[in-house]
Amino acid sequence: MVATIIRWLDERLDLDGILAPFRHKTVPTHKLTYWYFFGGITLFLFVIQVLTGILLLLYYRPGADEAFESVQYIMTRVQFGWLIRSIHSWSANLMIFTAFAHMFSVLFLKAYRKPRELTWVTGMLLLFLVMGFGFSGYLLPWNKLAFFATTVGTQMAGEIPFIGHPIMIFLRGGPQVTGATLTRFFGFHVAVLPGLVVVLISIHLFLVQRQGMSVPPKLEAKRAENPSLRREMKFFPNFMLRELMAWYVAIGTLGALAALFPWNLGVKADPFASAPAGIKPEWYFLFMYQTLKLIPAKVWFVEGEVLGIVGCTLIALFWLLLPFFESDRPTRTKAWITGLGMFALAYVIGMTAYGYLAK
Amino acid sequence: MGSGDQGMANPSCPLQAPIPRRGFVKLLLGGGFLATAAAFLYPVLRYFIPPPVANLGVDEVVAAKVGELKPNSGMIFRFGSRPGLLILEANGTYRALSASCTHLGCTVQYRPDLREIWCPCHNGIYNLNGGNVSGPPPKPLTVFNVHVRGDEIFVSRNGEA
Repeated sequence: MVATIIRWLDERLDLDGILAPFRHKTVPTHKLTYWYFFGGITLFLFVIQVLTGILLLLYYRPGADEAFESVQYIMTRVQFGWLIRSIHSWSANLMIFTAFAHMFSVLFLKAYRKPRELTWVTGMLLLFLVMGFGFSGYLLPWNKLAFFATTVGTQMAGEIPFIGHPIMIFLRGGPQVTGATLTRFFGFHVAVLPGLVVVLISIHLFLVQRQGMSVPPKLEAKRAENPSLRREMKFFPNFMLRELMAWYVAIGTLGALAALFPWNLGVKADPFASAPAGIKPEWYFLFMYQTLKLIPAKVWFVEGEVLGIVGCTLIALFWLLLPFFESDRPTRTKAWITGLGMFALAYVIGMTAYGYLAK
Repeated sequence: MGSGDQGMANPSCPLQAPIPRRGFVKLLLGGGFLATAAAFLYPVLRYFIPPPVANLGVDEVVAAKVGELKPNSGMIFRFGSRPGLLILEANGTYRALSASCTHLGCTVQYRPDLREIWCPCHNGIYNLNGGNVSGPPPKPLTVFNVHVRGDEIFVSRNGEA
């Protein structure tokens, strides 16, 4: 039966022709091969986000009067609602983590070099979008922490000179964070961002497929000199099966975290209440938060806040364009980029820990 | 259209001449497309901007009743669409200020232990006159007037009352 259907499709679509590129695709093997898995795990977690997100949409209601109650309803009344929501939250956090791990592994393996500059650029844009997902999704349960996180985050956008204020109004749907903001963030989270992400993932994967996997420059030079040193495995089925194992580990971790540490809902947002003591953003914004906290109110004649935000924007832009600062030749790669990457990683980890421990 | 005249001036060799009609049609088409795109984009861009919220024009509100606040404590009240902070000092003086932190807009609170105003978001501290004492806040909090009439505490903007 199945064979008949496949034969029927094959006659019309030439399935072999479609699958041929995947049959020929190989993945270079070396002792750092396992870092290649992080992109795939991120993609897998994204698929989980889409699926659990659609499930949450069955009961979630955007709106200042309903959002908190509907999430409460999902978590307390809907069968397995707590699990679906918990998986959505945990998977989001893990996805941001694996996306960062993917970015840093690509950075240290120097996989962004020519000809893969565009893969890096689309990847960085995806990382920004993923953080946008985190920021917009965080508000949707309409709890107190999210309310103030959104107030602060959108106000930060408002500090950008000249264009900041209109951006803030656009994000908030008014001068303050209200139900209008929730409606907008809901739209961004379930329609705008997914659309953009799907387009970018398609380009990103197409480029990876088209150009194949990168080999670290030193190894590439060695292998170019002596082709007999080349080691690779077939993408299908060898690498795919290993990737599947990684996904299995990911889903196991996710299930355990979601079941053992269900995500909290917190207290309903009240625009006319003080911000709670000890308020902090999600861990992936903590390093930026802590940096901004340390900048004094005025540096020379510039407001500290403006300095911090403009600085962050410029660094993000520089990071996006990083491959264009790299040498074209694998034997002449720039050591300062690796150094900068190490510093960035140490800074992010250090500031996150500091932000976590600081009062 | 200058080149168009040249093209017309050489009817014996129409193919080698520049093709003014094509240029004209391109301009028309391109311009048409641009105009269409603009006609689509402009309303969309305007649609992004939320209509102004009817300014409640609140200049004075009843923030609380006398006796609602204990000495050396504070509470948040609605001042139009924004939060305000009403403080009753230990000596019995009422003070009212804007509760929106001038740093990034979190809602501040009165700290009885410090006898100061504190923003928990980035650890900003103001004194009871609204002055930004320490932490990241760049500006002082706006101070409002407080009047007690009967058993109601009225808060109004400076210069209005």
